[in-house]
Amino acid sequence: MFHLISNLLHKGTFSHGIHPDENKHFTENIPIRRLPFAPELVLPLSQHFGAPSDLIVHPGQEVVRGEPIAKAKGFMSVPLHAPATGRIKRVELMPTAKGPKTPSIILEVYPGDSQEVGYYYERDIDEMSQQEIIQAVQDTGLVGLGGAAFPTHVKLSPPKEHTVHTVLINGCECEPFLTTDHRVMLERTEDLITGTKILMKALGAEKAIIGTEKNKMNAVEAIQKHLPEDGSIEVRAVQTKYPQGAEKMLVKALMGLEIPSGGFPSAVGCGVFNVASTAELGELLPKSQGVIERVVTITGPGIEKRGNYMVPIGTPIRFILDQLGFSGSANCLIMGGPMMGSSVSSLDVPITKGSGGLLVLTESILEGQHDQKSYPCISCAQCLDACPMHLNPSQLGKLANKHRYDEMQSDFHLMDCFECGCCSYVCPSGIPLVQYFRVAKSSLREKAARERANAS
Amino acid sequence: MSTASQSVVLHTSPHLRHVPAVDEIMRNVVYALIPISAFAVYQFGISVLALLVTCVVTCLATEHAICRLSGRSSSVNDWSVTITGILLALTLPPGFPLWMAAVASIAGVGIGKMFFGGLGYNVMNPALVGRAFAQAAFTAPITTWTPVMADNRFTEFIPSTLTIPFLRPVPINDWLASVAPDGFTGATPLALMKFEQISTDSVQLAIGSTAGSAGETSALLILICGLYLVYRKMMDWKIAFAVLFVAALTSGLFYLIDSTQYPGPIFMLCSGGLMLGAVFMATDMVASPVTPLGIWIYGGMIGFLTIIIRLFGGLNEGVMYAILLANACSPLINSVTQPRKYGYVKKGAK
Repeated sequence: MFHLISNLLHKGTFSHGIHPDENKHFTENIPIRRLPFAPELVLPLSQHFGAPSDLIVHPGQEVVRGEPIAKAKGFMSVPLHAPATGRIKRVELMPTAKGPKTPSIILEVYPGDSQEVGYYYERDIDEMSQQEIIQAVQDTGLVGLGGAAFPTHVKLSPPKEHTVHTVLINGCECEPFLTTDHRVMLERTEDLITGTKILMKALGAEKAIIGTEKNKMNAVEAIQKHLPEDGSIEVRAVQTKYPQGAEKMLVKALMGLEIPSGGFPSAVGCGVFNVASTAELGELLPKSQGVIERVVTITGPGIEKRGNYMVPIGTPIRFILDQLGFSGSANCLIMGGPMMGSSVSSLDVPITKGSGGLLVLTESILEGQHDQKSYPCISCAQCLDACPMHLNPSQLGKLANKHRYDEMQSDFHLMDCFECGCCSYVCPSGIPLVQYFRVAKSSLREKAARERANAS
Repeated sequence: MSTASQSVVLHTSPHLRHVPAVDEIMRNVVYALIPISAFAVYQFGISVLALLVTCVVTCLATEHAICRLSGRSSSVNDWSVTITGILLALTLPPGFPLWMAAVASIAGVGIGKMFFGGLGYNVMNPALVGRAFAQAAFTAPITTWTPVMADNRFTEFIPSTLTIPFLRPVPINDWLASVAPDGFTGATPLALMKFEQISTDSVQLAIGSTAGSAGETSALLILICGLYLVYRKMMDWKIAFAVLFVAALTSGLFYLIDSTQYPGPIFMLCSGGLMLGAVFMATDMVASPVTPLGIWIYGGMIGFLTIIIRLFGGLNEGVMYAILLANACSPLINSVTQPRKYGYVKKGAK
């Protein structure tokens, strides 16, 4: 009984959040298929959080599929591997989903090649030390495939004063439309378990919980069949709610703990990893290979052959649209999900390691969504009931309107906002709250950077 | 079709939004007020219909005129001022002179809403500001009550309704004697209770077959209309619940102390404007707090103050002043009840 109550109180989910239409039925039952190679792949040197990779090839050089083409620049960086056999055509500035153009390698794919991965040697995880595993993880070039693209090996090296006892594998995929993680859990279950074991070993954790949402019960069943018998890994379904897949929300839902403001999950003894990253790790690390492709949900009303595709990193969106077919007004392209994904400004933008979804929306869906009239805040408090961080978006919005950014930070905890967009989603007045907060946050960050520069 | 020539549309996330928008919420509040208005017209006849039309039209005109004067585009099509008009009419006595109702409407919308900057910026509920103005300016007409179900209510106006502007209301004693020969005292159940210690049957109060302001009479109907809005998720049930709960609690407490002097909680909940105030006016989004704890404090404050004013104040009805006072406190309540953020431990606890 007590267990039941405590479950109801905090273990089932986090408080607040929203329930947008899931729209996962378009693709959730479609098995992962392979997309052909584009004639040219675009590989930005910065596809991850941290320092851009260091180029180690030169134009004209021939590379084999899986060969490292850029190395990590320091600890907070990862290497890059050739997603296809071909020739380095040039290195130049190319557009990315984030906005600014970044240096990218253009790889011309050899059309007649068998495209076998040339780099391969087996390793026994059990014989490797923690430090060796962390180094090996960095060598795979793995980053958080859920969208943040934070280097995985950095998460495996928590601050010394923190001990990680539980590894949480995040399979919530709370963004509407996306089914990447769902398919990975169903089809790559063994890799997922292997990856979980590697992560546990690297962190010295005794326990792991794979967390997913209740709308993916078939994934729970699939995973249960592969769980090790010692009970060290567990799978649990939590309430279907956005943003359940946010790190902080998942820790709250599975452990009943709150990550301190500004802190890492390791502060409460947890390490959180995306389910697709974990499966990728389970597949790549024992073979010492690097990340060269990823599963992407390509969906939305504007695309004809919706589905979950194994896409080589660097495939331009233009190629995907041409391959899968699109309907006339497919002119709003979103990299990621509809809640936190970013609008793509050019069809030359490539799929990178962090792209879990490509959403093609049409004008008809967006009509009345963005051109909606904006009213003053009527203090309806819906944003307070939606904010998973329990902030006061209504007040923050009013302050943002007056450019009182310092007050937003000092009195209303602006910096705890992780921009999930729940406030803008629910606002009946159509106030672009999270958009205001992004501006405020970047303005504050710039100011802090200026002050640091002046002080030194 | 080639992709080469395609132009792309850029938006910032979130790319999806949840409707309804403000105008849809406000429109639904108007829908919820229609049955109450219809019932009021059924009970009191064409005088109330005229009152409703006068208030709504004057409110709309006031907002439109002030918007134009201040060089802004008119905001009347967000429906919020329509609500103000209906609510104001419903809080007035059925035979209230129309010119006075128009003045109250101008005061409510003008001073209570537009002077603060319009929708979203008003401190207090505009309808209640209008009524408070009328209470202060027109003391006699606002406490002149007429009986329900008068025989000729659909063919004749209550004489005072058609008072010529800026003149005293036409006396209605002769008319009263003709429609209620068995002696209508001209007092509401609350006044009867307070000044003459006569209590009214609770069932009558709930159905609404008692004298009172136009829309304040049927507690049950108001509750049902409120439930529609709660069902549509367009009203915060917590505020209405807190008001009614604390009002019941406070009056229950006094009832237990001395049941001969103080009326019971059911009587208190169903009489006067408490139900209309709790469901449709205390829940005014703009003038109520936004924080989860603040909402309860605010609602409780209204419930408590209403009963205290009713029992110990000079007036027999206290809902209006209770709500206006609580409205004025909302910003303060908001600032002292900021929610605990995720990832912050309370001081002292660890």
